Amino acid sequence: MAGLTTAPAAARRRRGGRRARGAAGHRPWGVAPTALLLLGAVYCLFPVCWVLLAATKSPSELFSTPTLSFGTGFLSNVEQLFAYRDGVFWLWAGNTLLYAGGGALLSTAVSAVSGYALAKYRFPGRDAIFTVLIGGILVPAVVLAIPQYLLFSKFGLADTYWAVLLPQILHPYSIYLARVYAAAAVPDSLLEAARIDGAGEGRLMARVALPLMTPGMVTIFLFQFVAIWNNFLLPFIMLGDDGKFPLTVGLYTLLAAGANQPALYNLILTGAFLSIVPLIALFLTMQRYWRTDLSSGAVK
Amino acid sequence: MSHSRRNAWPYLFLTPAMVLFTLFLAVPIGYTVYLAMRRTRVSGLGLGKGARREVFVGLDNFAAALGDAELWHGWLRVLGYGALVLTVMLGLALLFALLLDSARVRLARFSRIAIFLPYAVPGVAATLLWGFLYLPSLSPLRDVLDVDLLGASTVTYSMANVAVWGGTGFNMLALYTTLRAIPRDLYEAARLDGASELQIALRVKIPILTPAIILTTVFSIIATIQVFTEPTTLRPLTNTISSTWSPLMKVYRDAFVTGDLYSAAATSIVIAAISLVLSLGFLRVVRDRAFEEG
Repeated sequence: MAGLTTAPAAARRRRGGRRARGAAGHRPWGVAPTALLLLGAVYCLFPVCWVLLAATKSPSELFSTPTLSFGTGFLSNVEQLFAYRDGVFWLWAGNTLLYAGGGALLSTAVSAVSGYALAKYRFPGRDAIFTVLIGGILVPAVVLAIPQYLLFSKFGLADTYWAVLLPQILHPYSIYLARVYAAAAVPDSLLEAARIDGAGEGRLMARVALPLMTPGMVTIFLFQFVAIWNNFLLPFIMLGDDGKFPLTVGLYTLLAAGANQPALYNLILTGAFLSIVPLIALFLTMQRYWRTDLSSGAVK
Repeated sequence: MSHSRRNAWPYLFLTPAMVLFTLFLAVPIGYTVYLAMRRTRVSGLGLGKGARREVFVGLDNFAAALGDAELWHGWLRVLGYGALVLTVMLGLALLFALLLDSARVRLARFSRIAIFLPYAVPGVAATLLWGFLYLPSLSPLRDVLDVDLLGASTVTYSMANVAVWGGTGFNMLALYTTLRAIPRDLYEAARLDGASELQIALRVKIPILTPAIILTTVFSIIATIQVFTEPTTLRPLTNTISSTWSPLMKVYRDAFVTGDLYSAAATSIVIAAISLVLSLGFLRVVRDRAFEEG
């Protein structure tokens, strides 16, 4: 009986996939859990599949052919989108990569170094610094947005790349995660051994600690990358010049400009499709790094 | 000698974080509080130098924000929307996490990836996709559902659907990873005692999950109160969403459309305070209930 196996057998069954689960299927309600989950999967995949189909349709096909069929206009849609306003869509894509990639890299570096210092050194004020930094989690983005904009304006930095990049580097929850990872992944004995061998503290961090923390840093990087890629409020407030927009704000302006002109719908839908492809690709390739047990605090 | 030299290093390592914290958190918060207690006073016709002065008004702006009918309507809308999103999203997340963890499910990996996938879709793109799916001229949904999904009576549900779609997978994974960390022999013991899968889920798994559920709920409350992207993105597609639909949209309008920074600052502090009160209130209620049961 499948239900009464011993613990190791159950563990093996989990690892080995679904080989031993056949027995469950014979019960009348046995397929219900699978069916429910598949319903959930269909619900989640449906809009993505639909936009894939819609992006293949030429403007006339969009309204005339059945909604769930392929069209013939994909390449011309892409061509039109890239020609739109002298290729501003390319610019948006490049900007997004810069904001998300650069921001996530810097954020991961700052978090890793801070987390390592907090986990591996005893020094006066450590708890106070940690509490103050972590307290930042509780501050809603709303409270920061307006004064950040005003302060950036004052220093002539509003409507620059810095205005979107800099405020997203500090991420309190990532510092917390980095501290947890550093405490778990970097053994004190290794640090002591390296010290006895004459390694300086800077070298110790760069050559011993950070390499050991790499898997944790990949997770932090991924979450930051997605968070910045998805951010709308900050660039929406900070930027006026659409040449500096990321894709989210660009898509919004495309929609705001074209919502009443069905002729532009195919452009908007193709833009939406192309803007989610890279993230979905990243998401699928980096599957095994999404560890939300430690990151359930990341507010989407 | 090496010891005293070493003492400076942690501070050096923490310098970037502390500098960023000061510049992009502490200073802006201080500045918001300062702005929220000031206002422009116009003397005469408001012309000429010195006719417009910024003066200290204490808590007047807060009083105005609390007495603002438009803002209250926004709060009520967000309350209804938030109650819907939180219960459906977290309910589904919990259901899917428990189903994935039960031994009887096929295609678990596929379902898990598919349900988590919307996490990779930015809020703007997600709203855009659903917005077009709601449009009567394009929607395949109209074949099965004969309602205007962007109408005044339905738009809140339609918007909640976007949030549920985008957030369920993330919360599901948070709960699922917590479940996977539980030693399996705990369930085996329950099974030997004759517990069914359902009983194990209700009596063993959910109690163990409670802290994770509380955490995801608190973060969802904070995110829901600040809802901005979805209604803003949906606005061009329908005339049923006002520019002050949610409190944060009103903050944006006050600050950047009508140029009243002082009101915007006061309102954003009120939003922060309400999200803090609701989160702490939720934590308190949950803790009290936990004590009653225990």
